[in-house]
Amino acid sequence: MDYFELLLLGLLVICGIATCITKNLLSSIVIFMAYSVIMSVIWALLKAPDLAVTEAAVGAGISSILMFLTLKKLRDIRKKAEDEKREEEEH
Amino acid sequence: MKNGKKRSIKAFLRDWDAGRFDLDAAAAEPYSAAPEGESAEGTATPEESLPRRDVKAYRAVYPLLAAMLGAIMIVFLFLAVLDLPAFGKAGNPSENEVVRRYVESGLSETGAVNIVSGVILDYRAFDTLGESHVLFTGLAAVLILLLELDGKKEEPDLGLIRMKADSILGTAARLLIPIIVLFGIYVILNGHLGPGGGFSGGAIIGAGLILYAEAFGYEGLERFLNFRSFRIICLAALWFYSISKCYSFFCGANGLHTVFTTGTPGRILSAGLILPLNIAVGVVVACTMYGLYSLFQRGRI
Amino acid sequence: MTEVLQKLWDVRVFLAAVVLFAVGFVTLLLHRNLMKKIIGLNIMDTAAYLLLTALGFIEGRLSPIVLGENTDPLLYVNPLPAGLVLTGIVVSVSVTAVLLALTVRLYKRYHTLDLDVIYATAMKEHGVN
Repeated sequence: MDYFELLLLGLLVICGIATCITKNLLSSIVIFMAYSVIMSVIWALLKAPDLAVTEAAVGAGISSILMFLTLKKLRDIRKKAEDEKREEEEH
Repeated sequence: MKNGKKRSIKAFLRDWDAGRFDLDAAAAEPYSAAPEGESAEGTATPEESLPRRDVKAYRAVYPLLAAMLGAIMIVFLFLAVLDLPAFGKAGNPSENEVVRRYVESGLSETGAVNIVSGVILDYRAFDTLGESHVLFTGLAAVLILLLELDGKKEEPDLGLIRMKADSILGTAARLLIPIIVLFGIYVILNGHLGPGGGFSGGAIIGAGLILYAEAFGYEGLERFLNFRSFRIICLAALWFYSISKCYSFFCGANGLHTVFTTGTPGRILSAGLILPLNIAVGVVVACTMYGLYSLFQRGRI
Repeated sequence: MTEVLQKLWDVRVFLAAVVLFAVGFVTLLLHRNLMKKIIGLNIMDTAAYLLLTALGFIEGRLSPIVLGENTDPLLYVNPLPAGLVLTGIVVSVSVTAVLLALTVRLYKRYHTLDLDVIYATAMKEHGVN
């Protein structure tokens, strides 16, 4: 029990650091999702099941989905700007 | 009046995107049509060397200062943490008479088997009302920032066709969505009896709605969840919360008899106002989550 | 030596929370990418929540859901940090959504996520040196 908790804490810190030093934004967000899931398991071990359920739904689900959607939107904006620039050059 | 406001926001956002809007110029006069960025770029070349050097020095010094600040903060936090009482041992100062009071009389006063639910929706219900409004305000801010006022019909339709062609996602969603939504409803209705409640259940239902929109497009959802019904549902839930809590506060403060009794602990219809409030919070959270997704995905609800 | 190790073992969860808080703080300060800043802020949030929850935990006790009619306070862990943190999680997700929307808006105008470039461009546009 103690060792499992220690393992989870170690994984949590590793995930936290990896999220911040990863260069690629997409993989950084995926690691952040893993971080949230580990956090929710730790909360279940700390006898706070309400928090575990909420963090699993909100942190790993909704926050990460919003970040993915932001990346998608940024890519759309970039593509649109590139298309406009190409059209201007052609004219 | 309504129309004029809408147009001004629209003009502001369009100009801001084009880089034409300038706060100082807007304060002095209605903004000029000439793009001033070009003229600034054209004339500022000799003067640019000065700010550039500044920026370079700033860029060199800033990480050093930031790292130093971070290191100092970490040292202080470590020292503070070493002084904390041992983790997981009985008798630490956070276990005081407040907790004892809540645990001893929480069940008989609120009727909620889950003490956390009893605390956040009965003793500190006003706080939770503010929290629901924070969510709603956040949604309103995102609505202002991301709502696409020039209605573009092509992009969502293209997305719809692509999504409908994906049969793996469709089959998996058809199997999963009923289970997800049912589980969300269970978590909301069981909030006073076990772990869960409005926030987690609402987030789960929101995730189910997001999966539905991703797999089958927005047509099916728009039949009952368009912008109009969205506003009505959110506001009705918030109003219901406020009014029922007003009634409860009024009766409680004046020692009157309320129609909401605590009932038998352990039954689904017990714990007074906690079950309806859980449902109201769950509705607000589910709508907010779906609304955020829809705004980020296609710029409207 | 063993004393120091014992002390560190006693506060292990708090130490993890502090390390995560520091990681988030340094990311927030040092990264120039706006998305990375938002992720750092989220990590700081969860670290603070972890510290709060760990303060209320007591070994060998049950989660605060009443068993039968037994309302002995020595049987359950502290329910108050859980209530506080539940509020915090939901507020932090709405803060994240607003920050992401602002990021999209900034990207639409400046076509970059680098905060320094955005700042320099904005300064040049306003004619401030």
